[in-house]
Amino acid sequence: MTAPNHNLRKFKNAFMQTLACVCTVLVVLPLLLVFYHLLKEGFTAINWAFFTQLPKPVGETGGGMGNAIVGTFILLAQAALIGVPVGVLGGVYLSEYGGTKLNWWIRFAADILNGVPSITWGIVVFALLVVHNVTVFGQVLIPRGFSALAGGLVLGLMMIPLVMRTTEEVLQLVPGGYREAAFALGISKWRTIVQIVLRTASKGIVTGVLLALARVAGETAPLLFTALGNRFWAHSLTEPIAAMPLQIFAYAISPYDDWHRQAWAGALVLLLLVLFLNAGVRFLTRDRFQRKG
Amino acid sequence: MATTPKNPPALTARNLSIFFGANQVLKKISLDIAAKAVTAIIGPSGCGKSTFLRALNRMHELNPEARLEGEIRLCGEDIYASQVEPVIVRRRVGMVFQKSNPFPTMSIAENVTVGLRLNGVRERRLLAERTEQSLQMAALWDEVKDRLHAPAISLSGGQQQRLCIARALAVQPEVLLMDEPASALDPLATQKIEDLIIQLKRDYTIVIVTHNMQQAARISDFTAFFYLGELVEFDATTKIFTNPAKKQTEDYVTGRFG
Repeated sequence: MTAPNHNLRKFKNAFMQTLACVCTVLVVLPLLLVFYHLLKEGFTAINWAFFTQLPKPVGETGGGMGNAIVGTFILLAQAALIGVPVGVLGGVYLSEYGGTKLNWWIRFAADILNGVPSITWGIVVFALLVVHNVTVFGQVLIPRGFSALAGGLVLGLMMIPLVMRTTEEVLQLVPGGYREAAFALGISKWRTIVQIVLRTASKGIVTGVLLALARVAGETAPLLFTALGNRFWAHSLTEPIAAMPLQIFAYAISPYDDWHRQAWAGALVLLLLVLFLNAGVRFLTRDRFQRKG
Repeated sequence: MATTPKNPPALTARNLSIFFGANQVLKKISLDIAAKAVTAIIGPSGCGKSTFLRALNRMHELNPEARLEGEIRLCGEDIYASQVEPVIVRRRVGMVFQKSNPFPTMSIAENVTVGLRLNGVRERRLLAERTEQSLQMAALWDEVKDRLHAPAISLSGGQQQRLCIARALAVQPEVLLMDEPASALDPLATQKIEDLIIQLKRDYTIVIVTHNMQQAARISDFTAFFYLGELVEFDATTKIFTNPAKKQTEDYVTGRFG
């Protein structure tokens, strides 16, 4: 029962299998290398002060980036407030409402927005919020200048197309039979979407939101124009605010060894933040009925 | 022997035509569906029987290309009148699908009461009562009463389909439409569903689409044979299967084509 070229086939199979394995390793390897390097360089600088204290003036050792860590969370919270509702509802529109032709254009626009360089987003919000006051009926609503609000807005705007497209995709994965079953029970379309479709897809939507948050958490360029960075604690959303990527950038280009170590530590914490964000929320939103696999 | 309907018809279709875009899938169907009886709709694939069924509770409107001519009356009321909401029609005319589709995020009990809860019913006592009652009617109560809060998708295929029937019954419809409810089930589960349908016709008007000729013969009181979008013959089931008026019907029910 030996086919002709049996050995050649076996060889081909082994060769392709090895190739696939090597490529898989190549995918995972950078993450491990980055993680190893960050641990090696940054771990020594991580201590309680790193999380709680302000940066020390040049020349003094110690201090931390507590303000940047808090700042990143504040920026992400604002971004989520803007990006999640708009993105999810936009995805609902694309998946559940909307005509084919209009949807094609909306998707096209969202895909282009996803490809817009982040620095461009920075300039847009810079022009909107930073260079002039935002006034409503002659009253200054948001005074001009670099601010946490501008930083949150730019990250939120970047999240919208990301969240919208992933939401649409996971809603499309919800079998039509569930929608039909709900309609056949006399449940209105809106309730069907909220209680049946979104609930069934909740895990996927949360994953999409997390990926979007993780993506914008590391953005630096747009924050240079908007949040600017701050050596101190920010006391209001209309002030400039520190953020980890900005702080890492500032420390990394400095000439001081102590700051370099802190930059490594900052990068490590940022990576861990993204990792824990993913793992933690996945755990919390695990489907109580979904079996493994 | 032909059974004559004791009650006025629950549903009447008059000159019903349905188009999907330019394609006419139903051609001037006129049919009376007897109350508290089982009416089976048979015919080869693509003959329009599912479309007819879905038109009875306006489900075919989910296809944006669909267009309807003629009328359907539910207990005398035109369900396509301009002031009638499809949502209201569907509460009165429930539906069970070929593929069982309990909501995967909900427990067994939650699945049964979902139609009530999402239409604003809050009283726990009423919901609990209706859960038991509906599961009893769907002949599922004894199998699940100890695990009402277990996930619906932990049930077997046949149980899931009976759960879907319970879910449809919980909103207390007048008519139950069934689109090949047993075609994905094994013979034992199929038999349970058939027994259940025979039980349910005491209280409900049932319209069932089936590919299974023996099933139609076993459970239905009336049978409509559709072919290429037309109603070829409609009569008492015994008549259709023993002495059909049309040659086409005879050929189909004896398995000579289709």
